[in-house]
Amino acid sequence: MRETMIEIDNVTKTYRLGTIGGGTLKGDIQSFWARVRHKDDPNLRIGEKAYKKNEKFTALDGVSFDVKKGETIGLIGRNGAGKSTLLKLLSRVTAPTAGEIRIKGKISSMLEVGTGFHPELTGRENVYLNGAILGMSRKEVDERIEDIIEFSECRQFIDTPVKRYSSGMFVKLAFSVAAHLNSDIMLMDEVLAVGDMAFQKKCIEKMVSVARDEGKTIIYVSHNMQTIRQLCSRCIVLDKGKVVFNGEVEDAINVYLKNDEITAKIFNDFTDCHKYDFLTDKVIMDSLEVLDKETCHFKDDEKIRFKLKFHANEDVPKLSFRMMVHNNDQMITATSVCYNFMSCKKGESYERVFEMDVSTLSNGLYKVIPVLFELDELGKVVDADGVYPGLLFEYEHTTPILWRTKLYGDTVLPDMICEE
Amino acid sequence: MDKEWNVVIKPKTGWFDLKLKELWQYRDLIFMFLKRNFNSAYKQTILGPLWFLITPLLSSSMHTLVFGTIANISTDGVPQFLFYLCSNTAWAYFSACLTSTSSTFTGNAGLFGKVYFPRLVTPVTSVIYSLLSFVIHLILLAVAMAIFAMRGTVIIPGVSVILLPVLVLQMALLGLGVGIIISSVTTKYRDLSILVGFGVHLWMYITPVVYPISQAASISGTISKLVMLNPVAPIVNNFRYIILGCGEFSYGYWGISWIVTVVVLFIGILIFNRVEKTFMDTV
Repeated sequence: MRETMIEIDNVTKTYRLGTIGGGTLKGDIQSFWARVRHKDDPNLRIGEKAYKKNEKFTALDGVSFDVKKGETIGLIGRNGAGKSTLLKLLSRVTAPTAGEIRIKGKISSMLEVGTGFHPELTGRENVYLNGAILGMSRKEVDERIEDIIEFSECRQFIDTPVKRYSSGMFVKLAFSVAAHLNSDIMLMDEVLAVGDMAFQKKCIEKMVSVARDEGKTIIYVSHNMQTIRQLCSRCIVLDKGKVVFNGEVEDAINVYLKNDEITAKIFNDFTDCHKYDFLTDKVIMDSLEVLDKETCHFKDDEKIRFKLKFHANEDVPKLSFRMMVHNNDQMITATSVCYNFMSCKKGESYERVFEMDVSTLSNGLYKVIPVLFELDELGKVVDADGVYPGLLFEYEHTTPILWRTKLYGDTVLPDMICEE
Repeated sequence: MDKEWNVVIKPKTGWFDLKLKELWQYRDLIFMFLKRNFNSAYKQTILGPLWFLITPLLSSSMHTLVFGTIANISTDGVPQFLFYLCSNTAWAYFSACLTSTSSTFTGNAGLFGKVYFPRLVTPVTSVIYSLLSFVIHLILLAVAMAIFAMRGTVIIPGVSVILLPVLVLQMALLGLGVGIIISSVTTKYRDLSILVGFGVHLWMYITPVVYPISQAASISGTISKLVMLNPVAPIVNNFRYIILGCGEFSYGYWGISWIVTVVVLFIGILIFNRVEKTFMDTV
């Protein structure tokens, strides 16, 4: 049993709704005097709801969990779920309304890279300053300064004021300081998304090695599921201030991504869908229905047959159709197109059956954006109508080896042939 | 059980949980902030640190011109320029402590909102940093006194000059105390931050900076008593006495001033400590 480093015990944080005081002493006294005389508050705007004293917004609602030594916890959830509030409480920027957090060891927070960097100071001076702000003593920075400079790839500019740095160099240096902290617990809020791809990769490798080899404990908040997968050993999903899931990374990601998604359906009605402005609306899709199946679960060489109903608002001589397949992380994976399959007359309704081959996909849950479009004289694609997500399906591809999507990718190309 | 945790974050802490020990652990940060302030203060200026000398010289010359020559206010027999330079040295330190600490929360909201360190680090840094210009002031004063001595007006500080550190400490503590009270209140009400600028200016006039206390006494005894009840007044007066030997050393009022200083500082730290936990939600 490993040591518990953080114990979060029934923590609640509420904020008062409405304005916090009038902002001026005079305003507060006016409001107070009005309340005493049971008159209307002169500082409330007309039509504004008068918040009673006990009306509050609960950002965190009885959150409890433990973090063990050496664990890398991913904290995921939608905007407003309370992730950042929790990090703020942990980093002692603000205090909880109720509950208690107990921490063992030195904790340092990286809610932002380059906190306290001063533009006039040189890179080296800023390393010392930032290190001190993040809780390192001068001696500790002295010991690490060479590593930090090396890691930041900014050696050439280290004695130049940081205001002359490019933004990339700035964040690289800032991250390097944070990555070399000696604290036992690190709190990070999407700060890994810094620098170019190569540096990002380096950052993540560094964090992984910090967690694994140096036994540090990390709490990481991100919306990027890819980095969560790479970095975290456990995930906590927050929703509306409550812990809704606490466990395996993959399961947590599924819980999180399904949170705001419709479920996979055979019949998908598009009559009340959100439409984008750039669509021409020459033809409008009404519905998409999967045929020959009871669930949207497909296997190996099964094809997706579906019936698309649509109507035309204008004449379209040559209509084309494409299905854009997104994976579970909302990343575009593949697209299947049916070119110039028909022409439409204004006012007519149509239905057509399509068959889509998805056998090159790997295992997983996919979302499809169906798009009706036409090609203009120059061969440019002009979208008439599209719906996100128009179809959800699950696909299972049996391969002789265990297909590790994370490593091998979403696409399973046809098997190679070896010539004699 | 509580023993093994080194940080326990609770909704509220006791009034007297002042964490002064933690402040000491963060002394490196205070040092780094001092260095930052110094290095960045006069970057991209032509005169650079010379500004440390120019400001007191200019303001003392101006005071000599306006209050000495034009208004012809007595300076207790001390050369006017030395009198004003000496008063300004003391007053400038006090007002610098006050104004720089009064914006602790509002000025550092960005930093405070992102990372934890004992918030008291920033006002303490300001007070120590102001000490730098105070020392330069003091050296300037010594040089001026030497020049005046060469030209025949010899003024040599008495033994009482050993009280100088005590006076400096008191100015620092009083400035810090008032400053952090203002900074705590301004997290919610911004009115005070507007007041600080000219409030300090007004305060200077009820402090015997541009006039000796004997001048006030010559008009009315009540006025001089009221002026001396201002906690800064005996400090400036005694400061001038121990360096230039002008006026009288006041014991009684200085005692009252110390009591006020301690009370203000104590209240200041209590309020500050109270506010620092949740000010991010209101600032």
